[in-house]
Amino acid sequence: MQLTIKYFGMLAEATTINEEYLQTEVCSVSQLVKKLKNQYPKLDNADFKVAIDQQLVDQNHIINSEVEVALLPPFAGG
Amino acid sequence: MEKKKPKNVFVQGPISSEFIGTSIAKHQTKTSIGAHNIFLGQVRADEIDGKIVTAIDYTAYEEMANQKFHEIREATFEKFDLTCMHIYHSLGTVKAGEICLFVFVSSPRRKVVFKALEYVVEAIKADVPVFGKEIFEDQTHQWKQNN
Repeated sequence: MQLTIKYFGMLAEATTINEEYLQTEVCSVSQLVKKLKNQYPKLDNADFKVAIDQQLVDQNHIINSEVEVALLPPFAGG
Repeated sequence: MEKKKPKNVFVQGPISSEFIGTSIAKHQTKTSIGAHNIFLGQVRADEIDGKIVTAIDYTAYEEMANQKFHEIREATFEKFDLTCMHIYHSLGTVKAGEICLFVFVSSPRRKVVFKALEYVVEAIKADVPVFGKEIFEDQTHQWKQNN
């Protein structure tokens, strides 16, 4: 299945992209994050939350459909 | 009480005092209101390691942010007896001294607007995916983080 991965703020800077498509099997959020950290070593020390289809999820959440995954660094609104 | 669909909270660049003044003027026809309360977030020229912040460049996960603003709005109307509420947040570059957040709550009575405004602003700071790049005089930058 194909996921859309979005990067924001310092994470877009670290990966040098805002968005990409990724082919993957069913996996947990933590497995996906591990894969992304392998691809982008600069993510390793980054602090971020993960949202799936605009809802925050925890590391155990299972990704089993073609969703939009967003990596969100610390918020700075206001 | 007034319920609304998610709408776009974001404006490009700083929020002008003219915009804020016009927004206040628009409420003169709403004569059940007895108290307004306004929060204006202003970009601060912080000094960090000897360098001065000259501007913040704001970006957001806009779809999620607008949904979160909507949820905050709904929750606030649920908790407080407000007549109306308006939220505007900047995207793009906002220089030190300029306004990046405008929250405006109105109610028949004063006590409720003090509590409601604090609730809204704290929820925005904690829950809305907006990101800020603090730009220094020498064009280097660091990433802002709410605490």
